[in-house]
Amino acid sequence: MNTHAKPWQGIVLIALVLAALPFAVGLGMGNAWVRVLDFALLYIMLALGLNIVVGFAGLLDLGYIAFYAIGAYLYALLASPHFGLHWPTWAILPLGALVSGLFGILLGAPTLRLRGDYLAIVTLGFGEIVRIFLNNLNSPVNITNGPQGIARIDPISIAGVPLSKPLEFLGLALPGVYLYYYLFVLLALVIIFISLRLEDSRIGRAWVAIREDEVAAKTCGINVRNVKLLAFAMGASFGGVAGGLFAGFQEFVSPESFSLMESVMVLCMVVLGGMGHIPGVILGGLLLAVLPEVLRHGAAPVQKLLFGKVLIDPESLRMLLFGLTLILVMLYRPAGLWPSATRKRELSA
Amino acid sequence: MDTFLQQIFNGLTLGSIYALVALGYTMVYGIMGLVNFAHGEVVMIGALTALAVIKPLAAAGLPGPLAVLGGIAVAIPVAMLLGFCIERIAYRPLRNAPRLAPLITAIGVSIVLQQLAMIIWGRNYHSFPPLMPATVREFGGAQITDLQIIIVIVAGAMMVGLLLLVNVTRLGRAMRATAENPQIAGLMGVDANRIISLTFVIGSALAAVAGVMVAANYGIAHYNMGFILGLKAFTAAVLGGIGNLAGAMLGGILLGIIESLGAGYIGDLTGGFMGSDYQDVFAFFVLIVVLIFRPSGLMGEKVSERA
Repeated sequence: MNTHAKPWQGIVLIALVLAALPFAVGLGMGNAWVRVLDFALLYIMLALGLNIVVGFAGLLDLGYIAFYAIGAYLYALLASPHFGLHWPTWAILPLGALVSGLFGILLGAPTLRLRGDYLAIVTLGFGEIVRIFLNNLNSPVNITNGPQGIARIDPISIAGVPLSKPLEFLGLALPGVYLYYYLFVLLALVIIFISLRLEDSRIGRAWVAIREDEVAAKTCGINVRNVKLLAFAMGASFGGVAGGLFAGFQEFVSPESFSLMESVMVLCMVVLGGMGHIPGVILGGLLLAVLPEVLRHGAAPVQKLLFGKVLIDPESLRMLLFGLTLILVMLYRPAGLWPSATRKRELSA
Repeated sequence: MDTFLQQIFNGLTLGSIYALVALGYTMVYGIMGLVNFAHGEVVMIGALTALAVIKPLAAAGLPGPLAVLGGIAVAIPVAMLLGFCIERIAYRPLRNAPRLAPLITAIGVSIVLQQLAMIIWGRNYHSFPPLMPATVREFGGAQITDLQIIIVIVAGAMMVGLLLLVNVTRLGRAMRATAENPQIAGLMGVDANRIISLTFVIGSALAAVAGVMVAANYGIAHYNMGFILGLKAFTAAVLGGIGNLAGAMLGGILLGIIESLGAGYIGDLTGGFMGSDYQDVFAFFVLIVVLIFRPSGLMGEKVSERA
């Protein structure tokens, strides 16, 4: 192997792997797993968004899923028979980023003085408030259709071609999950790129400075208020875009998808992967999105193999193992699976 | 006026339960600076264990209140043991780890306990037999049951007991010293590890009693009850100023009353636009407003009372 590999070689390699992955997964294990992959990509986008707030700026946010919900419901309302509106995808997604970003500022502004766990509980409350509103805004005026959720949402379409239908290409029918995969990979790459650029920017360094010591950051001339609000807004807008994609992909949204447990899941992805370290966060998102699915499908057959019958309900066994994984990973790697080099140094010092 | 009084009574009952659970959060926070997210599950395990004892006892013909006492007598040690194990397994190894690492293990413990409870007790709701005296008393146009009175009195007694323990006894002084500075406390001959274990154990005992109270009050217990209760109690602890014992009590009772009043009046306040489904919104909204004006809770600044 050439140790002086040129950067473009790596890029080509990654591109090839990403392009071939759904085929390997789909042909090997069935298209349901490509769908799992699609969800994993959505979670990666979410985790990267939360990473800005929690990882870079050090603001513990336990209600992050609210922004995902806002993005998803915005898409659902503007592109479904519910209101009879059918806006184009590419008008809704930027709007979703904008509206979610505004909500991010709305959450950030009153909480600027709060620190640590006080902030955590307020963001948690915000997440619950958003969910309760989505759940109950079906009377007296029906806006969100309450707990039933909104169905028959328009699929995401590019240049008039909906991604939900198989695409004929070179005599080969590409199912919808593949098309969504490629779209999500592209958008995830865009978000990764933005995250990487932000990390090294003036703003990114200001975030880290606030995370490490707010008072010191202030004395260095950082406008703590604006920079914090920017973190909330940027993180939220990532969540909003991911939410819009989720709505178009599922073609159905309901308040259930945006429970506190989902916020906790995304936070686990960030912390488990390695807070503030982008490759770590991507790894965390991928692992925690795929692991429960593997456990779901593996729990029953493995028990049959070992004991001859299903002893424990696979659904609860899956959650049990998931909980144990969280505990064990944190006990043995408290800084996350793949922490950044600086963080590793800090901890060993 | 009678609705008002009625909601105050309901709120007081609910609030004293919240306060008991909130004390568990606040004691642990005061001493270690971490949020024990698995605390709600201890409440749940306490309630379900007690119920598993109460049912056969009642079926054997024991009078109701005695059966409940028997249930509590078993639930408390079980919860204490659980609290001890949680601290040993999930928190002690991470004492010098990054701040969010124990949060994730706490979430892991919480998931594991929930699933274990589901495997042991099943997915169903368990009804709590009506064993406690439920005589309804009229009071100023509002109704209050004996059960509610008992809950408030027992919770109050336990809180007074805890305050005495922390402020008067030798153990309490060791707890306060550890909260102030574990290293210095160690130099003064306090075994910080033991004190931290004890804090978890005491908090878990309170949680077990609170669990039985919730189950008796609502007449129901299930594997999923701990999560939302823990959330409310944590909110109460923050409202009062986390780390502060008196604050947790005040926060718990306030939150209970706010919620009850919210449920009773939110329809009138918003002209019928919002129903009682929004009572949680109301509770969180009050929390956010309080924190905007007092960023460290209602009683958060009195650091000296930490335990």
